[in-house]
Amino acid sequence: MRRMMLNGSLVLTALVTIALCSLSWGQATKAEEDQRLGMESHIGKLTGHATSAQGNYRRYCVGCHGELGDGEGENAQWLEPKPRNFTLGIFKCRSTTTGTLPLDSDLFDTIGRGLDSSNMPSWNPLSAQERADLVAYVKHFSARFVTEKPGTPIEIPKKPELTAERLKAGQEVFQRVECWKCHGPTGMGNGPSAATLTDDQNRPIAPYNFHDGKRFKCGTTDEDLYRIFMTGLDGTPMPSWSDNIKPDEAWDLVFYLRSLQPMKSKEKELARQIGLKPGAAAAAAPAAQQ
Amino acid sequence: MTSARNRFASGVLLASIFLLFAASDANALPAFARKYGLRCSACHEAWPMLNYFGQKFKDNGYQLMNDRDAPIWQNNGYWPVTIRITPSWHRESTDKVAVDQTGGQQRITSHGFDVGGLDLLSGGTLDKNLSFLFVLSSDENAVFHFESVNARFDNLFGSPWLNVKVGKFELDNIVSEKRGLTLSGSGGGFQLYHFIPIGDSNFVGQIGDNQFGLEWMGHSANDRTRISASLFNSSDGNVDLPGSNSYTGFFAGSQAFEIGKLGTQRVGFYAMVGQAPTNTLTSGGEPIPGGGFGNKTFSRVGFNGIFYLKKLDFQVVTQHGSDDAYFGTATAAPDALPGGARSAVWNGAFVETHYVHNPQLVFIQRSEWIRMSQQAIPGTPSNLGDIDNYVFGYRYMPTMNSRAGFAIHNEYSWIRQRGTAPDGTDLASSSVLLGFDFDF
Repeated sequence: MRRMMLNGSLVLTALVTIALCSLSWGQATKAEEDQRLGMESHIGKLTGHATSAQGNYRRYCVGCHGELGDGEGENAQWLEPKPRNFTLGIFKCRSTTTGTLPLDSDLFDTIGRGLDSSNMPSWNPLSAQERADLVAYVKHFSARFVTEKPGTPIEIPKKPELTAERLKAGQEVFQRVECWKCHGPTGMGNGPSAATLTDDQNRPIAPYNFHDGKRFKCGTTDEDLYRIFMTGLDGTPMPSWSDNIKPDEAWDLVFYLRSLQPMKSKEKELARQIGLKPGAAAAAAPAAQQ
Repeated sequence: MTSARNRFASGVLLASIFLLFAASDANALPAFARKYGLRCSACHEAWPMLNYFGQKFKDNGYQLMNDRDAPIWQNNGYWPVTIRITPSWHRESTDKVAVDQTGGQQRITSHGFDVGGLDLLSGGTLDKNLSFLFVLSSDENAVFHFESVNARFDNLFGSPWLNVKVGKFELDNIVSEKRGLTLSGSGGGFQLYHFIPIGDSNFVGQIGDNQFGLEWMGHSANDRTRISASLFNSSDGNVDLPGSNSYTGFFAGSQAFEIGKLGTQRVGFYAMVGQAPTNTLTSGGEPIPGGGFGNKTFSRVGFNGIFYLKKLDFQVVTQHGSDDAYFGTATAAPDALPGGARSAVWNGAFVETHYVHNPQLVFIQRSEWIRMSQQAIPGTPSNLGDIDNYVFGYRYMPTMNSRAGFAIHNEYSWIRQRGTAPDGTDLASSSVLLGFDFDF
């Protein structure tokens, strides 16, 4: 009987301890988050304050990103791709090296630009100050912004002049670093790995199709395209290629990728003139790999 | 017993306060909200009043300008139709009504449960840069009319400065009456948008009414600069071609700018200039449709603005109006005008203030004044027809998500018009509305 009582007491003590720990952990988490409401952002001359963005976050963002910034808003269940979980502090569109935090200006640009192929629209009707405040509010959800500094922005060398040699070299880079495995031999997003890709939360994700003419996720310019594959899109299978591609080669790849897009461009015209066929080099690749 | 009653009253009060301030989840045109997965509050300062994001969405032809605009993105189960109904209890009181039984005038007050009608709305894109809107409105007897029915060709030649709309539409005024937050009998609309001087016969100069015509509208990429011009029938939006072959032009422009932490402010102007018939041909004593003649001119010009001060915003509209002497004296041209007749001229303004406590709770106040500056017939009391109108209310939206919206709407309004009672004194009316706004 005493043994039973002892066992019962132990179990009860363990349950109470677990409950108290959970409660204090919850309180600590909430307290930490409240502390982070003092978070600021700095974009040019603008200083954003998280506390000033509470109203706008609730008005514009909470439906998808959720009260806790965990990407579990009421609409999240209907959306594909899913809204970003800010608590992880992982962002696709950065000017900084892979695995590091983005600059405040990166988040500011993302809010203003929106993310194509997702339900995230451009929020540029909001004033610059409102967007700067929202950047601070987004940051406050993740402890990473307290303990880590943003990464160093990558350097983008001046764009060289487009030549036929560079265009062909770009195709070779596409082949060498195996872009085709995900993006397909002709860049249509139908590579042999495409169907198996998942993001870091194990949700299916599709590679970019260069032939449908959509905006890139993180910008529209050649520099944006350069930045995308040199920084990688954190949280997705798209890695940073900065260790595998030299800056000069990266520009070659930019030229080649532009030639794949349906819009009129110098690159597309030059590819036509020199008879560069998308996928011609890559078509032989699977056999060569074996 | 008294104590129990007090406790009950306290409970009701506390529950009301709780309902007012417990707003935690916000969400609005539900058809668009459902399409894009955005809450009402993304586009509406307080539904149905647009904020800058919603205004840009509308100016882009109901497009967010991303790949989610094309109909192909719509879920097969998506139904692009919104239904709006506003059941209410309301009380209307007018202080001087001529009564046969007494041979005099007395206050008449009526109250009871009612419904404001039903709106069926659908809008969106048929293809990229080809958008449409129709609003089918019924009165409380389910008699429907086309409030809006138009198609819009957006971003022609890839330019946001080239958008052309055809059909029946609301005039492009930045302070929109159709998107107004007030619903009561005396305060539901803007008096200034429908003002007609006493004895004036011009009913087509109402800028608050939707019109049949063609509109060009252009805006900067960020929608900070907006400009439009429209040409429409001088028929006050009535179907067929009831008047003569007369037209009215409406021009509007506005510029928004940011003032630091205060937010984005907007100032603009509008001008309406038109002609309409004062006479009509008849057949067997009946007017012949399209047989209007004796066209005379009218104009409405003014400045407007939307100003933000943190949670407060102010909509300001001014107007200088003028109707030709034939309208002002209700004389059918080419008949002779009364001696000394001249144009009817007036000035007016209103300020509507909103305190947006949060996206689900908004307090509303509007003060409106219209003053005649010149009566058409000399000797007429200078203030005959002057209007003072005051509205107070709040709108609380306990349900506001990306699928539907529901608002509790309480409002009081009071209006006085000078010299229009049966005995020639001032006439005042008031309205109380306790209602609900269902929006799916």
